[in-house]
Amino acid sequence: MSKVYDVAIIGGGPAGLAAGLYASRSRMSAVIVEKAKWGGQASTTEELENYPGSIEMATGPKLMKRMKDQAEAFGTELVKNEVTGFDIADKIKVVKLGNDENINAKTIIIATGAQPMLLGAPGETEFRGKGVSYCATCDADFFTELEVVVVGGGDAAVEEAIYLTKFSEKVTIIHRREEFRAAKSIVEKAMSNDKIDIMWDTVVEEIYGDGIVEGVKLKNVKTGEAIDFRTDGVFVFVGTRPISEFVRGVVEMDQKGYIRTDEEMRTSVDGIFAAGDVRIKSLRQVITAASDGAIAAVNAEKYIEKNTSYKEVKK
Amino acid sequence: MIELNKDNFDTEVLQAKGSVLVDFWGEKCEPCKALMPEVHALAEKYGDKIKMCTLNTNANRRLAIGQKVMGLPTFIVYKNGEKSKEISGVENCTPETVESLIKEYI
Repeated sequence: MSKVYDVAIIGGGPAGLAAGLYASRSRMSAVIVEKAKWGGQASTTEELENYPGSIEMATGPKLMKRMKDQAEAFGTELVKNEVTGFDIADKIKVVKLGNDENINAKTIIIATGAQPMLLGAPGETEFRGKGVSYCATCDADFFTELEVVVVGGGDAAVEEAIYLTKFSEKVTIIHRREEFRAAKSIVEKAMSNDKIDIMWDTVVEEIYGDGIVEGVKLKNVKTGEAIDFRTDGVFVFVGTRPISEFVRGVVEMDQKGYIRTDEEMRTSVDGIFAAGDVRIKSLRQVITAASDGAIAAVNAEKYIEKNTSYKEVKK
Repeated sequence: MIELNKDNFDTEVLQAKGSVLVDFWGEKCEPCKALMPEVHALAEKYGDKIKMCTLNTNANRRLAIGQKVMGLPTFIVYKNGEKSKEISGVENCTPETVESLIKEYI
């Protein structure tokens, strides 16, 4: 049999990178498989001021690069590929990859995170890349001196609205409730920004345009009033959904697809752990993801130690 | 891969015969940059069969918007100077989807 890793980590965001770091530092062999971009969602967040220690030049991409380099420096192997399936019948678990290669591991940590939820309004898919965006850092530059709307009311929506004011003339936040869920410090910053307008109790009914976005049709949920609002861009930050479809039926999850774990990050399957945004939890942040990753790695080690049949004779 | 700008876009893309793939990217677009090594590998593999170009949208914003590109990453195939097919968005643009896009035109 080819190489058997102590731990195979799926997902290269803060949870996976922290798990890799902790695993490698306790002399476990660890590999992280990432299908898209190292750093995950955090690598597309420009402002990242709530991770302790990252205040000067605090940007998502920079912090994530440091996390990746640190894990690698301690020996974590990094593989760019997609996980297509599992074989967990035996004690040595098999993680199947996109190019028909396999990774054999004693334990698995699922750290696939989450991705932006869609708004579900007509026109949203049609105008993707034509004014509808889910990534402010990627697309803000297109809207220099133009006007945009931001849909949502959580941390991401309000933070990205502030970021967008560096480019756009006017940023209007459209929120379906009458107050934000975002942290007070962020809300205060937005409220005092001259370029930001807020429309409360308002939902987007349609996104329209001709080749590119020209406006949105809005509705006030309290008065029922319909509003035609001209805009050049629609940034959507209305929450996230877990990336867990590929483990459906393998580990227990809730209706939305978030993976159920205990406090030690153990899933319903022995030897499989979950960490970060993909699991059921109350606060999805870089810091809680990193914390989960560390806990998962430590418990993966405990699991291997307990299962004596795994123990190899050490010289 | 050919680097496009406002001076060569017309000749290299709009007046070109056959199929041309354009990779629209930006300096702050981390997903674009993550894709780049794979796209260059695809250019090595298919470059003799299809013309492959990159366009930095930060340096050529008006040009990109003129092509109705306002989001990244975006890949467009032009056929005889006309837009034929495009894919856009982080989860829609992967090494696999870009490769199958190329394969449709060779």
